[in-house]
Amino acid sequence: MKVTINGREQTFEAPLNLYNILEQQGYVSMMIAVARNGSFVPKDNYVGTPIQDGDEIEIVAPMQGG
Amino acid sequence: MSKALHIDGTILKSRLFLGTAGYPSPEALKNAIAASKPGLLTVSLRRESASGEGQKFWDIIKSFNIPVLPNTAGCHGAAQAITTAEMAREVFDTSWIKLEVIGDDYTLQPDPFGLVEAAEALINKGFKVFPYMTDDMVLAERLVDLGCDILMPWGAPIGSGRGLNNPFALKALRARFPTKTLVVDAGIGAPSHAAAAMELGYDAVLLNTAVSKSADPAAMAGAFAKAIDAGREGYLSGLIAQQETASASTPMIDRPFWHQEG
Repeated sequence: MKVTINGREQTFEAPLNLYNILEQQGYVSMMIAVARNGSFVPKDNYVGTPIQDGDEIEIVAPMQGG
Repeated sequence: MSKALHIDGTILKSRLFLGTAGYPSPEALKNAIAASKPGLLTVSLRRESASGEGQKFWDIIKSFNIPVLPNTAGCHGAAQAITTAEMAREVFDTSWIKLEVIGDDYTLQPDPFGLVEAAEALINKGFKVFPYMTDDMVLAERLVDLGCDILMPWGAPIGSGRGLNNPFALKALRARFPTKTLVVDAGIGAPSHAAAAMELGYDAVLLNTAVSKSADPAAMAGAFAKAIDAGREGYLSGLIAQQETASASTPMIDRPFWHQEG
């Protein structure tokens, strides 16, 4: 299935949850937050959030800001 | 003399709120923070790469042990701002949010309608909202009605360095909301602009570009810290009322060649 992560489309094998994606991409130990299809997903819900074909995932971390 | 600023039970050690963006190097950012000892540092979120660039930035910020204020910079519309705020709360472990909903890309003017919509939703979710807003009185009233006890009107468009475009409106907001925390946010270019905001009775000044893009960010940050302290003390000391005519400061009685009239 196709999943867009931070604007870049990638292919994954289903079934998959959000935690699996973060683990495969190397984000698990980082200070991040995630939104799926425009909605925030709390950390505690990663495992319980199934990923579907066409999902759009945003993974963010601290940056400089004014 | 300058009474400390309390926000949400936290004592801020300075009335300078400093942005962390646009410095020539991480070292320049560190030096500016060290030189000015701001009461608050603003931060943001961006897409993270697997190399973890954001983590390195965060290591610098947390080493100063200064409260952080995440922003929703660049968000268009309430929905984007709300989701960004929720992500910021988890990343930075704070419910404080500088709520920025941009309405116009040319002036970066805040969208008052999206701002009110997002502020209401975020207050209901338990956030402490610091709304970045225009200096419009009715907008301020709406935000206060929703429960905002901090308002952050712009001095001028972000990064413009123009200072206080409309001191009359800023003064009116201060008079209308004497017990709210008012912060001039954006448009500051020179330490004198920040001092002028504080002399109007504002509680703090938030600035970034005037420091980060100056020739010597550390020295400029220090200059702003002094100007903000000076402006605050001037305000608390009671500025004299302006008059249309001169009023001699040197006593006239018994000066040489003095003759009493009449």
